[in-house]
Amino acid sequence: MTGRERRAALSAGIFLAPALVLIAVFFFLPVLAALLLSFTDFDLYALGDLNRLRFVGFANYLQLLQSPLFWTALGNTFYFVLAGGPLSVAISLGAALLVNARLTRFSGFFRAAFFLPVVTTLVAVAVVWRYLYHPRHGLLNYGLSLLGIDPIDWLGDPDWAMPAIILMAVWKNFGFNMIIFIAGLQNIPPQLYEAARIDGANAWRRFRHITLPLLGPTFLFVALMTMIGYFQVFAEPYVMTQGGPANRTLSVVLLMYEEGFRWWNMGYASAAAFVLFALILAGTVLQLRLRGRESP
Amino acid sequence: MNRRLHRLFPTLLAHGALAVGAVLALLPLWWMLAASLMPAGEANHYPPRLWPSTVTFEHYSALFTRLDLGRYLFNSALLASAVTVIALFINSMAGYAFAKFRFRHRDRLFRSLLAAMVIPAQVAMLPLFLLLKQFGLINTYWGVIIPGMASIFGIFLIRQYLLAIPDSLLDAARMDGAGEFRIYWSLILPLCRPILVTLAIFTFLGAWNDFMWPLIVLTDSAKHTLPVALANLLGEHVQDTELMMAGSVLTVLPVMLLFVALQKYYIAGILLGGIKG
Repeated sequence: MTGRERRAALSAGIFLAPALVLIAVFFFLPVLAALLLSFTDFDLYALGDLNRLRFVGFANYLQLLQSPLFWTALGNTFYFVLAGGPLSVAISLGAALLVNARLTRFSGFFRAAFFLPVVTTLVAVAVVWRYLYHPRHGLLNYGLSLLGIDPIDWLGDPDWAMPAIILMAVWKNFGFNMIIFIAGLQNIPPQLYEAARIDGANAWRRFRHITLPLLGPTFLFVALMTMIGYFQVFAEPYVMTQGGPANRTLSVVLLMYEEGFRWWNMGYASAAAFVLFALILAGTVLQLRLRGRESP
Repeated sequence: MNRRLHRLFPTLLAHGALAVGAVLALLPLWWMLAASLMPAGEANHYPPRLWPSTVTFEHYSALFTRLDLGRYLFNSALLASAVTVIALFINSMAGYAFAKFRFRHRDRLFRSLLAAMVIPAQVAMLPLFLLLKQFGLINTYWGVIIPGMASIFGIFLIRQYLLAIPDSLLDAARMDGAGEFRIYWSLILPLCRPILVTLAIFTFLGAWNDFMWPLIVLTDSAKHTLPVALANLLGEHVQDTELMMAGSVLTVLPVMLLFVALQKYYIAGILLGGIKG
């Protein structure tokens, strides 16, 4: 190493140190600790006296697998991810296509209108939607009554509570993905559409054979980000249903929060957190694989 | 003529769909605002009203006089501002190092950081709580601020932005004998202004809107942030629809105004993250 290179490495170290130390101490270290914690019986007693801490191997994980409540939370979380995720991506794409269409006027206004819910505070809008979902005087049931649909007890009916939460979550975040899709659409060279039009391809064929394939990388990014975010659903059920009715909206993170920070079963809660992490990782790898096989 | 007619129908249809979408996107926010200004009880009318019969600010004044919302507003503003200012420095320094210095394992280190973004933050929360408890930082503002000070996404944003800036600019400054910190301070930071604004909005909005971590760390209600206070308020005042809506407006309005003022920068940040990511 020349003197200049050494100096550069030293300066780089100084510039990097604050961020890397913070990330190491307050993120990587806790993640590792969580892994260790998940193999212990860390509970309220251990919180008071660390000598009570015992290594229990995979007991927490086995207990999770035997707990009906955990399976319920897992099922609910998958419901949220598998129904809410694709719905959110589809609506985002539809909105992006409409806003970005050549003939659309006022596209700036529509883009801003669709995006506004994204910047709002999740807790505040979850509160708002609780009232919109009110079975008797809520705005949503009123709107449905105009279409001749009977009132639905959105947050009180075990079958409707999760769809209600999904609807609210999609409303809140589709604008974010829409922005990314619009950018992806604008990267597609317009000549391709011209050529296809000359060849007599209709709108659907142009969408199917030009837009969708060229949007591939954008699609993958949006799908991944949405999936990762949706797996972590917490504030919506916390504010709107507290996991009810009949635990039908209890998510894995809500369960982890309750177990870890309400009952202080931190070993057990860490195991739940790691199962969630494993699922997110598996989902990510799966999507990357599928996408990798699709594109040439 | 025929061609125009041929286009007219899809155009109308598209605008119809856009208009319906815009109404659906904005109606919940509009109702929140309208209900917050209604006299007590009016928000529970059926059919629902979208306009207050008489405008009253009594719920807002009740929030500030009886329910101490000013305190939570202050907490939220203080925490979000502190996180933002500190994060700007720390992330811009690291982003600069990743973009403009050559050192061993640089790219591998950067890639591992990016890969770590799939780890959900909740995994770290339980040990982080214990760690901060050891440091005596539970139920303090610092307990909320510290974990937000460095962010991988922030480092990424700055790095991407700086990659596009030619090295010759820095070399010229080095030739002139400027020290590394001086270059960072008086050349890099001014150059990064647009992306720093972007990062500032992201960080501020993220900190302001955050719920789970402040809920866990801030046990004393006097230290609560607005979202935590609002969730608690719901427990006691669920019947007072108009009051809850006024609280929601107060929570949402500052970040919305910030977004409207700096929309361009926010969108730029999403795109930088979305296309390269």
